[in-house]
Amino acid sequence: MTAVATDDRAALEVSGLSKSFRAVRALDDVAIDLRYGRVTALLGDNGAGKSTLVKCISGIYAPDSGVVRVNGVERSIPSPEAARSLGIETVHQTLAVIDPLDVVENLFLNREHTRGGRLGARLGVLDKKRMRAESSEILGRLDIRIPSLRRSMSALSGGQRQAVAIGRAAAWGQQIVLLDEPAAALGVEQAARVLDLIRSLRDAGVAVLLITHNMDRVTEVCDRAVVLRQGRKTADVDVGAVTKDDLVAYITGARSGGLA
Amino acid sequence: MTEDSAAAAPGFVAARQWLDRRRQDAGLRPYVVYVAAALIFGLFAVILRHDGFLTASNLLNIGRQAAPIAVMAAGMTFALAAAEIDLSIGSTTALSSLVAAEVVGEYGFVAGAAAALAVGAGIGAANGLITVKVRIPSFLVTLGTLGIVSGIARNMNNLQSLPIRNDTFLAVFGAGSLGPVSSLLLWTVVVGLLGHLVLHQLRWGRHVLSVGADRNAAAALGINTARIRVTALMTSAAAASFAGVLLAGRLAIGRHDLGENLLLTVIAAVVIGGTNLFGGRASVAGAVAGSVVMAMLNNGLILMGLRVADQLIARGVIIILAVALSMREQKER
Ligand SMILES: Nc1ncnc2c1ncn2[C@@H]1O[C@H](COP(=O)(O)OP(=O)(O)O)[C@@H](O)[C@H]1O
Ligand SMILES: [Mg+2]
Repeated sequence: MTAVATDDRAALEVSGLSKSFRAVRALDDVAIDLRYGRVTALLGDNGAGKSTLVKCISGIYAPDSGVVRVNGVERSIPSPEAARSLGIETVHQTLAVIDPLDVVENLFLNREHTRGGRLGARLGVLDKKRMRAESSEILGRLDIRIPSLRRSMSALSGGQRQAVAIGRAAAWGQQIVLLDEPAAALGVEQAARVLDLIRSLRDAGVAVLLITHNMDRVTEVCDRAVVLRQGRKTADVDVGAVTKDDLVAYITGARSGGLA
Repeated sequence: MTEDSAAAAPGFVAARQWLDRRRQDAGLRPYVVYVAAALIFGLFAVILRHDGFLTASNLLNIGRQAAPIAVMAAGMTFALAAAEIDLSIGSTTALSSLVAAEVVGEYGFVAGAAAALAVGAGIGAANGLITVKVRIPSFLVTLGTLGIVSGIARNMNNLQSLPIRNDTFLAVFGAGSLGPVSSLLLWTVVVGLLGHLVLHQLRWGRHVLSVGADRNAAAALGINTARIRVTALMTSAAAASFAGVLLAGRLAIGRHDLGENLLLTVIAAVVIGGTNLFGGRASVAGAVAGSVVMAMLNNGLILMGLRVADQLIARGVIIILAVALSMREQKER
């Protein structure tokens, strides 16, 4: 990971983002900024539009309207591949890993190293040795411990699977990493490991978006919090300036905060 | 186990660890087919010992029967791995045998084989594009092309077989041999090896498996899932065409029904071989072994003196059993 300087520059600026599914207005004129070296929480009740926002930024959904800037440059993100080549990596709520593939294959999926020169590259001859070595390095750097890199994902625990998914995002998302409820299905200890991972991403200068329902995690690792309610943004605040009760009030719609 | 006995039998411990790892990862399922092949071989060797099962000519015959099944099965493995299915392979094989016979007489043996493969790739591309673009499940699309292709094959030479007199073609794809190894066996090994390498050593093979395991997750990582599904269906059809070339080479004819009835046999071979009928798990080597199993069963049923009608029934039962077993194992996981 090439460390991006931990300044306060905006990595990703989204504004006026709207997306409807037939009658359902999943996102309504939403704006959000992600900054390098900062973790932004995206909060909201079930169905608030959090995953839809992430999918619009990661090229899975085409938004109805809205502007996305990456490093200050306006970009259209028509496909997941486009998002990835802009340095945006995502751990989706339900699409995290491919079960029958092993750890190395998951880490390098669609980013494989090939061997055998140009012909090998055209044929896609996998350089398994190199990918295995780099996988150990990636996982080691993030202090992710997996019993064997050649294990298929289906043989790993929920925490290990999620760690691999985050490891992949960390390995390729050198600028922006979006995490949709990465610890939702995990036990206490494994969730704590995920938080450690998020901290090390932040310390490496990555702009992180974290979707979670756990207010403790917000106060522990997040710098800013953006709250959605029924597709609308109801709060955009510094986490240090509010209490957990405030955050819950924004989520339930009892109050709104920090909006111009 | 105590430390002492572990030290005394390091080989045993290593073997057990290996077995445990296998069980946790893919299960022991991939090995079932090889055990089944050995058991069936042993069984027939005993009960059909007076019926010529073990004679060299009968074993050679089994190999010849297995060759086109194995080639089709290797291709079908990729369709299933991508969570698609190709029901049109039988008619593709038949049409390809006719095309090969037609072209080889005019333009020589290379052109004959190439034309057949081109026909297969074309049928596969049509199957794939309709599946992906019109969003119709491939089992319906290929059910339709099955009819279309076998209709074309029936029209092509008025239900007559087309003789092949090109000696090179017949030697290379049929009765010939390289040293002691018959060319049919050689082609089977080549196709099986190629398929195995493509599945495990090429990016495309891994992407096929990913798309079959979880199409949305693969798409979210930027894999062009439409391209993968189309090319997987092209692979199964092209393999079916090559099986048509081998059948034409073995029988020295092209005919509208060559290989047409092999579809179920091929599916059974692939599924027995450890490939998941619904994508995400695949084994080309297993499919080839499964083809040998199916060819042995066919052969054994004939040697047992079953009439054609009873063979059909027995084969149907075996296929359903095999698929049922493989599905049960799938649910357990
Ligand atoms: N693909 C889709 N088709 C139709 N409706 C959808 C789709 N995705 C999301 N929605 C709807 O959009 C709203 C927001 O969903 P989502 O973004 O998943 O919420 P969250 O992640 O905050 O729980 C919900 O009402 C949901 O039903
Ligand atoms: Mg969600």
